[in-house]
Amino acid sequence: MKLIVFAGPPTCGKTTVIRQVIRRMIAGNHKPSYIKIDVLYADEDEIIKKEFGIPTRKIYSGELCPDHCNVVVLDEAVEWAERVGSDYLFVETAGLCLRCSPYVEKSLGIVVLECTSGMNLPRKIGPMLTLADISVITKIDLVSQAEREVFRYRVLEAAKEITVVESNALYGIGIDPIVRRIVKTVDIEFPMYLRGNPPVGTCTICVGKKEIGAKHHFGVLRTMDQELYYVGE
Amino acid sequence: MEIDKITIMGGIGKDGQPEKVEQLDLKMGDIVSIVGPTGCGKTTLINDIELFGNRNTPSQRQILLNGEPVPDDFTFDPSKHPIALISQHTNFLSDLPVGEFLTIHATVRGASNIQRVVNETIEFANQLTGEAIIKGTAMTELSGGQTRSLLIADAVIIGNSPIILLDEIENAGIHKTRALELLKNYRKIFVFVTHDPTIALLSDFRIVMKNGAMQKLIFSNDEEKRAANKLKSMDNIILHYRSLVRSGEELHAHILDEELIGIN
Repeated sequence: MKLIVFAGPPTCGKTTVIRQVIRRMIAGNHKPSYIKIDVLYADEDEIIKKEFGIPTRKIYSGELCPDHCNVVVLDEAVEWAERVGSDYLFVETAGLCLRCSPYVEKSLGIVVLECTSGMNLPRKIGPMLTLADISVITKIDLVSQAEREVFRYRVLEAAKEITVVESNALYGIGIDPIVRRIVKTVDIEFPMYLRGNPPVGTCTICVGKKEIGAKHHFGVLRTMDQELYYVGE
Repeated sequence: MEIDKITIMGGIGKDGQPEKVEQLDLKMGDIVSIVGPTGCGKTTLINDIELFGNRNTPSQRQILLNGEPVPDDFTFDPSKHPIALISQHTNFLSDLPVGEFLTIHATVRGASNIQRVVNETIEFANQLTGEAIIKGTAMTELSGGQTRSLLIADAVIIGNSPIILLDEIENAGIHKTRALELLKNYRKIFVFVTHDPTIALLSDFRIVMKNGAMQKLIFSNDEEKRAANKLKSMDNIILHYRSLVRSGEELHAHILDEELIGIN
């Protein structure tokens, strides 16, 4: 199983990029599945299921922060993806507080940014960008070429090793290099670990427990099926 | 990389039929216009060129550079990008002052004397626009004409791009024939998407588009060049009268009559 994690601010074009990628993955005889983690509302799983007929799910993080939810359910999600017979699991999540990052070791981390968001965005979003492998810059048709170059510079200034891919996803441009990297991703290994050091805080994840799966954590936890429960004193 | 020519290999039109123009070379020094009614695919054509379409866009066109398909990494390092596209957008979204933005762009492009090219860019832009651009102004506060002027100047001087694509420069309230004269001082491939007869006729040739497809090429002959020069004189009269109206003058029809006779 290969795990591909897409992150990025709301409405930046993550789903559009993912749909183009899935179309090419299916054409290349791969078997992707898709999970959307969101806070209150998501219909992307239904849209993608209808369009491609692949296994999809949505997970509402509800009371939890979506990145926190990602950490406690991702092991179950990978098992689900294996059960439904897929070989790639695409996880789409909106990192909201910008202090964590959802990427797991041995996964491929893809951050999607829209170049219309202002030149300081790459400086503002922290580990969601700096710990990603690929930065996909979307909506390049909406700004001048000069602005694209300056935005790209700001991305590379924040994340020196990252691969920048500029994409006009509606038009299907800039998708092939993403697919090539996805296909080269290594298999995920258990136990899974978060890639980054989470910020100092009071929850188990914020204080540095990087193990994936609810059984490694205490406090308010949940399963993939939206049941909150409590472990601890 | 030295660029001699780019080649457009025709794809398909909106009806799925092959384009009538199967292959077309744009050589260094060429000035080319793309003409046709709104919605006929002019902008799509220059987008295909700018993105180095490789049979992977809806038009299925392929763009060759010096006769060869373009390697993938070429597309993804914009500081090596040989093509600058001046789109129809007349707003910047970037929240930086003009001077700082141009300084970063000149840095990205590896300019040797950054301050000099930044100043040269602003001077060039100010020849095309009515209101002078000041370095400290936020990019987002520039007018449509100032934005377009700055984009053209940036592409020519900071970008130093050998191929420049301009989408309807006549729309933004800049001095278009002045722009054409200034641009002719630089040896590049210029492609104008235009509805303006003067720009189209002053080009070396024009590509006629219809229904998403390249229909034919028309090379401007001497007869057309003569017409172009008359149209240019008419444009200059219109510009002159525009500035008179702008500055609060009252007009006299008999003076205009004499000027129109002067064209003939």
